[in-house]
Amino acid sequence: MQVIGITIGYPIPLPLLARPVAAGFPSPADDFIEEEIDLQRLLITNRPATFLVRVAGDSMAGKHLFDGDLAVDVDGERSFKVWRKQGRRVSLAFANPRYPAFHLPPDALVEVWGVVSGSINPRRRAQRG
Amino acid sequence: MSRAVALIDGNCFYCSCERIFDPRLRAVPVIVLSNNDGCAIARTTEAKALGIRMGEPWFKIRDRCRTEGIRVFSSNYALYGDMSARANEIYRGFSPRVEIYSIDESFLDLSDVAPQNRVELARDLRATVLRWTGIPTCVGIGPTKTLAKLANHLAKQHAALGGVCDLTCETERAEWLARTPLEKVWGIGPASGAKLRALGCKTVAGVRDLDPRPARRALTVVGERIIYELRGLPCLDLETVAPTRKGCAVTRMFSARVEGLATLEQAVAAHATRLGEKLRRGELGTDHITVFYHTSEHDRGSPQRSVSSSVTLPEATNDTLALVKAATWAARRVWQGGCRYSKAGLITVDLVPLATSQRALIGGLDRERGAVLMAAVDACNRRWGRGAVVPGKAGFAPKRAWSTKFEMRSPRYTTRIDELPIVGTA
Repeated sequence: MQVIGITIGYPIPLPLLARPVAAGFPSPADDFIEEEIDLQRLLITNRPATFLVRVAGDSMAGKHLFDGDLAVDVDGERSFKVWRKQGRRVSLAFANPRYPAFHLPPDALVEVWGVVSGSINPRRRAQRG
Repeated sequence: MSRAVALIDGNCFYCSCERIFDPRLRAVPVIVLSNNDGCAIARTTEAKALGIRMGEPWFKIRDRCRTEGIRVFSSNYALYGDMSARANEIYRGFSPRVEIYSIDESFLDLSDVAPQNRVELARDLRATVLRWTGIPTCVGIGPTKTLAKLANHLAKQHAALGGVCDLTCETERAEWLARTPLEKVWGIGPASGAKLRALGCKTVAGVRDLDPRPARRALTVVGERIIYELRGLPCLDLETVAPTRKGCAVTRMFSARVEGLATLEQAVAAHATRLGEKLRRGELGTDHITVFYHTSEHDRGSPQRSVSSSVTLPEATNDTLALVKAATWAARRVWQGGCRYSKAGLITVDLVPLATSQRALIGGLDRERGAVLMAAVDACNRRWGRGAVVPGKAGFAPKRAWSTKFEMRSPRYTTRIDELPIVGTA
């Protein structure tokens, strides 16, 4: 299963070329009109397996999330974590490097729910800082 | 190559959908209630073990759910429908011919797959659906739909089968059929089951070995078809293209009894609005609506009444405003106060493709103008969610006092941008 971390937004088809106007001369671009760019196709490669989720917190909470990071369930709590492999040892870390190391409770029940496959971060409401 | 059909279905599908988005439900008993929170319609294995029966009314099990820690949900059809569409998209990658039989069951044509590879393919299918969507499934394979359905039942019953049961091999099939009670066969209900037992059958094998012609006398042509299907002779084809709708109904129980005409008219108008949406999706129209409403047999103390009223339109239409006007007029015509109505509905039969339907000579509707308006309304409702734009007569959905109750519905995780699951980084 994949997860797309998103903070806000919905699919926006962007017209690649201007549409011809209704009256006047036919546009010379008519024969060259292509399909609209579909952002969904860019972000979602495996449709039935891709789920949108919102990242909790402010609009920059997801800025440390990258493709391949995991959404994991630890004892019934779901959160994003980073997969770390050192030699044969595998561990989980917080997605934010400012947080201290993440230690799994010794007998925790851990299950991977999904893998981050992209994120949408509209800049409209994002604050600098 | 021999014909083979697979039936794949989600294990306690509605509950499984709920579990995908809430990890705290992982190992606890979960049930999902029907419309209006009437009765239990889906139960996890844990809930079944606690004795919650299929169809058990909510008011009878409410206390038990609380004391046993059973998590209860109203049905969330937006979510289940989306998860079902995802599953079917995966099925289509495994078979060129898929029949969506119900929201959680699909038939797949596996005739092109070599017999020795079918079980492996089914295991791969289950694993893929589980990995991509989180839904656990079972698969039954057989030479006919009836045997595939029986195989699916066996796959669910016997954990040792690993979720896949293949009944295409004749010797293996004979063993299973001799051990399985006949009531497990698709299409055999309590009444026909009793008739078959009277004929001396006990197991599925017994039904298979009946002489089809006398069986037809007892069980009609349906029973005869079951016998042939159990012998591995297909009588039911895969319906990969949904047949054109012939009729359409919108009926709902009220969440509370309705005693006033204004409220009843609002409900009927809301149903007519829904009817219009359904017809437009199929580009169909109707020139005839029947409205009905009735009291509840549970209200023994109060007067009982059940009425229906039909109205004929000048020509076929799917224009919500025309349908609302006709339906509310029909409802008003047979109105009588002093009763506590529990349910109202609209039924229409003989649907016609609107584009080719005959126009009225006089009194016709302004179809072109209506079509533009309805297209705009549908576009708004797609963009801002169902019920964003409704005729005034139907009332705004949040203010409909009679409206179906979904008090314990989970968020529409996959279809509403403001109800997406939230995952933290800490």
